[in-house]
Amino acid sequence: MSQPPGTALSLGAATPAEAVPRIDVPAPPEPLAAQRVLPLRRPGRWIVTAVVLVLVAQTAHGLVTNPFYQWDRFQYWFLRPTILDGLLITLEVTVYSAVLGLLGGILLALARLSPSPVLRAVSWVYTWLFRSVPLIVVLLFLYNFSALYQTLSVGVPFGPAFLTFDESRLATDMAVAVVGLSLNEAAYASEVVRGGLLSVDQGQHEAASALGLPKRYQFARIVFPQALRSITPNYVNQLIGLIKGTSLVFYVSLLDLFGSVQSMGSTYPGDIVPLLLVATAWYLILTSVVSVVQFYVERYYSRGALRTLPPTPLQKVRSGLRDARARVRKETAA
Amino acid sequence: MSVPATATEPAAVDVFDVHKWYGAQHVLKGVRLTVRPGEVTVVVGPSGSGKSTLLRVINHLEKPESGHVSLNGELIGVRRQGTRLKELSERIILAQRSRIGFVFQNFNLFPHLTVLDNVAAAPVAVGRLSKPQARDLASDLLARVGLADKTLAYPRQLSGGQQQRVAIARALALRPGVILFDEPTSALDPELVGEVLAVIKDLAHSGTTLVIVTHEIGFAREIADRVVFMDDGRIVEQGTPAEVLDHPRQERTRDFLSKVL
Repeated sequence: MSQPPGTALSLGAATPAEAVPRIDVPAPPEPLAAQRVLPLRRPGRWIVTAVVLVLVAQTAHGLVTNPFYQWDRFQYWFLRPTILDGLLITLEVTVYSAVLGLLGGILLALARLSPSPVLRAVSWVYTWLFRSVPLIVVLLFLYNFSALYQTLSVGVPFGPAFLTFDESRLATDMAVAVVGLSLNEAAYASEVVRGGLLSVDQGQHEAASALGLPKRYQFARIVFPQALRSITPNYVNQLIGLIKGTSLVFYVSLLDLFGSVQSMGSTYPGDIVPLLLVATAWYLILTSVVSVVQFYVERYYSRGALRTLPPTPLQKVRSGLRDARARVRKETAA
Repeated sequence: MSVPATATEPAAVDVFDVHKWYGAQHVLKGVRLTVRPGEVTVVVGPSGSGKSTLLRVINHLEKPESGHVSLNGELIGVRRQGTRLKELSERIILAQRSRIGFVFQNFNLFPHLTVLDNVAAAPVAVGRLSKPQARDLASDLLARVGLADKTLAYPRQLSGGQQQRVAIARALALRPGVILFDEPTSALDPELVGEVLAVIKDLAHSGTTLVIVTHEIGFAREIADRVVFMDDGRIVEQGTPAEVLDHPRQERTRDFLSKVL
């Protein structure tokens, strides 16, 4: 073996098997331990990357140059008042239904976890019913509700009524849409919330009880904030489903984003594709905004659960720039 | 050797003929225990002997099927109505619990709150102190358990021994008349046990009434005024550490001690 003894020593325990292919390598000028390790070359990875880049470029090129998409018409429609009015209705319906659905979900989850068998059963049946019936059926049912019940009253069954609504006035299209979506949303949200509440360790409940914290405080300050950590990603999933689910309100004659695209499309049949692209772009934007909010909400509720918080995108960019600058400085110095 | 409470000084903790079942399993079979104010009682015994259940019955985390517990003469979780016992409302039970400290084997700190807020939360929540007062108290208590520099950390950033010391400070924040320790060092690495025992020893010397379930026989001998040996849901024998640990009268106690010492 022509390897210098000093090299072998600095390696620590070089086995003969490792040392054999290095016979012809000239002895390095400095001890091996101080050498930078050259990363393994992976040509396969480069080939795959190139192929994927070509495919991506092709798709992008097709999107831009294919006359089928009529990007000039897209531009024309994108900020049209009819489209923006529809967008506003989509947003309104989404926000109302998301808030009412989550509140309903929390109540249903609490009922489902309560010691009372009646509350548990009611919650279970509600969830079972509204997860079984398609949203569109619920919406159409509600839409025809005024025909089924002329007045709606709250009170003792067969007895006196405390509150009476005149159906035809109550049931505006917006109310039908929001009520329908909220009823549906609450059923799913209840399972999301229940899952989150169950994920909180039993020891947390015990510690809170042992300290004698009032029941309401236990829920609001100890259990629910911890449950939110696992509720958030699941509920955002639900929320994105809801944003797209609002497109069904078109069938209860409410002109949301999808509805206005549909009606414009039937008036201008030649613009169907750019109009669908407009709707796609707006739904993408809404979903992106929700995803960004989700990141920060999750980051907030992971305080204490993680030893170090994940960096925000801004922090990532900053540290990336810092690293790059440091590398450049090192290279120029060398 | 049970110590009857005198008429002038009610027992700090009085457990009277408590029976507890988990389903068909009879875990406490008529336990009677009296702890005098300022006394340090250490409960030892094999796993499954009902030690932890006894502690949980004392602060009413578990409801006994029969028998009752009182603290300084006040019944816990129930009230006397004629010759019967009636369950109290949840709100009153919670208020009673705030006067009993409880330290868990697994710490059960609130992971989403800072160490300071873990300690300061309860006195504010039960309406005894204002927020700034509670924070001052929490800082003092954390300094007392040697964690003055960790107030802004989150529990998961601490070692097990540090977390358990925070849990002790949290229990102390309500100035409880008695503190119950449920195997406070069982979840700790051996090298971290000492720091927690030192804090408990400090409490014992300050005259706080303590009931400690532990497997640390050496520690029991060192700080206990009284050692209680439990087996199979019953108190087999109790007395001073010298009596129970060095000269046990019961065969079962001797058998257990020969295995753990």
